[in-house]
Amino acid sequence: MRSDIFFLICLAASAALYAGAAALGNDYVFFAGYVVLQYVVLSTAWNILGGYCGYVNFGSAAFFALGAYSTVAMHKLHPLPIPFLVLIGGVVSGVVGLGMGYLTLRLRGAFFAIATLALAVVLQTLVVNWDYVGGSRGAYIVRPETLAPFGPYIRYLFTIMLLLAVGAVTVARLIERSRLGYGFATIRDDELAAEASGVPTLTLKLIATVISGALMGMAGAPFPYYIGFLQPSSAFGLDYAVNSIAMPLIGGTTSWVGPLIGAVLLGSLQQIATVTISSAVNLLIVGCLLVAFVIIAPNGIVGLVQRYVQHKPEDFVGRRKVETDAPEAVP
Amino acid sequence: MSQLLEIERLGKRFGGFVALDEISLSVATGERVGLIGPNGSGKSTLVNCICGTLRNEAGSVRFDGQRLDGSTAHQRTRRGLARTFQLPRPFTSLNLLDNMRVPLLYTVTARGGSRTVTEIEARCVELLREVGLEDKARRLPRELTQVEMRKLELARAMAAEPKLLIADEAMAGLTHSEVEDIVGLLKRLNEQGVTIILIEHIMSAVMSFSQRLIVLVSGRKIADGLPDQVMRDPDVERAYLGQ
Repeated sequence: MRSDIFFLICLAASAALYAGAAALGNDYVFFAGYVVLQYVVLSTAWNILGGYCGYVNFGSAAFFALGAYSTVAMHKLHPLPIPFLVLIGGVVSGVVGLGMGYLTLRLRGAFFAIATLALAVVLQTLVVNWDYVGGSRGAYIVRPETLAPFGPYIRYLFTIMLLLAVGAVTVARLIERSRLGYGFATIRDDELAAEASGVPTLTLKLIATVISGALMGMAGAPFPYYIGFLQPSSAFGLDYAVNSIAMPLIGGTTSWVGPLIGAVLLGSLQQIATVTISSAVNLLIVGCLLVAFVIIAPNGIVGLVQRYVQHKPEDFVGRRKVETDAPEAVP
Repeated sequence: MSQLLEIERLGKRFGGFVALDEISLSVATGERVGLIGPNGSGKSTLVNCICGTLRNEAGSVRFDGQRLDGSTAHQRTRRGLARTFQLPRPFTSLNLLDNMRVPLLYTVTARGGSRTVTEIEARCVELLREVGLEDKARRLPRELTQVEMRKLELARAMAAEPKLLIADEAMAGLTHSEVEDIVGLLKRLNEQGVTIILIEHIMSAVMSFSQRLIVLVSGRKIADGLPDQVMRDPDVERAYLGQ
């Protein structure tokens, strides 16, 4: 399917989702839906570097927070409509992504992951000590109650995040089916062989870091308007770092649909747990599911479905496939 | 015959260990050269320095009249220098067709050759057919046998449409008939105009393939000449058989 047609289908599905949420007549659906969609953007963004290229980024929260704090800074400097703030957040996080990539992409595996974690710590320390954006005290963003034609402001925020999610998924799908996507896959498989095949690995990794960082920053930009009071501990929260890794891993990292499934599944589960038990169990749910999926379906839900569809059920003994000569799907 | 590859006083150290000690050699366009030497003699280090995987500390590499020093591995591949690895390194998540597609997308198109999706697909199939893997085009590399993996490695290197192919132990671990199969394949590639350097321990393959033989021992070049002459060289005999 062509990408423009896919984008239009996504927009139509989004319109239907919005209409469905509005029909329920309860604005909490928009509050909860915003968070789920935010995770769709974050996990899709993480997957561009982590899933397609195989570079595990523990610094998702830092990129998300950069977007959020660029909104706070702009709000104080010169208030702008949220779509502009989203673009600014994307640019700021993309530039930081480029810098981080240039400094760290010569590292591999655990060393790269630790470097990204260090970036989050460094940025959090900077924000905590930056009074202009509230420092450790935090910053209030008073949002309007309503906005025409959306009505309650949360519906406006939900719409922005919905469009961002559509954009992120479309970008991920476009990358996956392009020359860039093949390049990313070769980096994940074998960088030395990729270079020997003419793939400019460092350039491609920098592109992945910029796109991934920019999308995370865009997801963070509307966050101060959503939460109303932004402090470093909420913007740099562990939830963002853990969820943006766990959701693609549970959904499947080799395809754009994996992070989408993972984010919708885990995000919804967390929202249900928040209202029925406590938000404190959210990370516990993620942890338990992650352990379960590593054992049952190391390639995530997408990998599990692909294997089941391509092989007869009798080829499976328990949950392990008996050796066959049939090919697996190419991501 | 013009020189395609010219190496001048190439040096490489790993700490205090001298891996390559002022190696100078040249390979003419269209030539079939065998590069031999005992384990640890510096053959793979030399290949890595030529291909840009390792940086040489001394000397220079000229390819097709241009200095390669300072250029990255992918830039050298795009200039027409392809290699295979001692242990096959296929792109494991991509099927055979897509393994072929990558060099075509990143090397051939980067040289300015515009090709449609259909043309690229057809070329990928053609390359797989040349090495006898056409019927496995949509399979993953892990489903291949050892010899098929070697053929895939060669086909992928050929997909970059190189002027010079360096085959690093492309026959290790293969049976006699499989070795003959690969030698035949390399000869066919050479007939198509590709200059080939073969690094190999299987002497029957080296002798039947090479027009010229170069011998490395302890990072130094000790012989360079016609295969029969080189194999009678006392230094080479000493290196292989001892005093």
